[in-house]
Amino acid sequence: MTNVIEVSDLTKNFGSLAAVNSATFTVSENKIYGLLGRNGAGKTTLMQLLTGQDFASSGTIRVFGESPVENAHVLERISFIKESQRYPDDFRAKHVFRTAPWFFANWDADFASQLIEEFRLPLDRRIKKMSRGQVSAIGVVVGLASRAPLTFFDEPYLGLDAVARQLFYDRLLEDYAQRPRTVILSTHLIDEVANLLEHVLVIDQGRIIIDEDAESLRGSATAVVGTASAVDAFVGTREVLHRDAIGGLASVTIARLDRAEREAAATAGLELSAVSLQQLIIRRTNTSEKEFQSA
Amino acid sequence: MDESRPIFVQIAEQIENDIISGLMADETQVPSTNEFAAFYRINPATALKGVNLLVDQGILYKKRGIGMFVTDGARAQLVAKRTDQFSAEFVRPLIAEAAKLGITSAQLTEMIRKEEK
Repeated sequence: MTNVIEVSDLTKNFGSLAAVNSATFTVSENKIYGLLGRNGAGKTTLMQLLTGQDFASSGTIRVFGESPVENAHVLERISFIKESQRYPDDFRAKHVFRTAPWFFANWDADFASQLIEEFRLPLDRRIKKMSRGQVSAIGVVVGLASRAPLTFFDEPYLGLDAVARQLFYDRLLEDYAQRPRTVILSTHLIDEVANLLEHVLVIDQGRIIIDEDAESLRGSATAVVGTASAVDAFVGTREVLHRDAIGGLASVTIARLDRAEREAAATAGLELSAVSLQQLIIRRTNTSEKEFQSA
Repeated sequence: MDESRPIFVQIAEQIENDIISGLMADETQVPSTNEFAAFYRINPATALKGVNLLVDQGILYKKRGIGMFVTDGARAQLVAKRTDQFSAEFVRPLIAEAAKLGITSAQLTEMIRKEEK
């Protein structure tokens, strides 16, 4: 399998803060990756480094086998949709779609027109006058219609309502299925995108703490619920990812159980429940649930 | 989708159910993995994994350049497999529980008849 991105021991310091801290990972071709983490975890900094928009303090980055910095040969194959893309003051949406083909060799104008209609984008309105969701929709259309071999979406859905987000996910999946390419999707809304992802990278305080196939990550943990004494007796010496207690009841998250263990838990009067990707990441990064729920 | 089990296993089971119910007859073409992916809103690689699970079991087979088809006799094979599962997951525990309560097999048969009415 070809690696589109190879990162080795990458660090980016801002003063005494290591926004990216000795990150080592690879991104293989034609997969959809989720780059997940809390606010300020280092997601955007990492994407800026990968797209040559910022300089690494140390370590190496190879994108399509070369350094991305000031490298047109690499950058022309990348589409980076930023969370807060700035446009010239007098720009209207139509200007964006007129200039986009200059930068993206695979630009598909028909696909762009279809998306513009579906997202109900007013082409003649000044971008300054647009709602947050409409500005986000411009980015989504550019990201999809550019069909770049490597596409980054950094929190692309700010201000987008549930219908528009679903439209984005549907079009992304359809187009990706027909024209496989590498997509890196950075988001808070883990549960919404969980099934779209093939691989998950979780960054926390600048470090890559999870680098795993989404399918094996899913269902890699179980929550055991019951009376505190029964739960503790069952959990025993197993590694506890998370523990909640209320009154005499406890809910403990532990690694996946096999069939015999599940039966043993049922016999002990315990209830087992699934742990979603989002809950798993929250538990592994010690985050309050709220931070991942606000769009 | 149920969070507790891998999605590709659930995709495979869904296709199995459609074959058992007769919705997908032997020797008919099944939707492509991309169609499954779009319908269930999942990654196409996950859908492919589910379909391949059934290819490995001989339930589906690939016609080069055309697509995926239900193997002749797939339904019978699945019914046999599910019948075995049914015994293990329902009948055996039923008998064990009945024995615990002192219910004879004649009484058990009678109870099933009564429920069927």
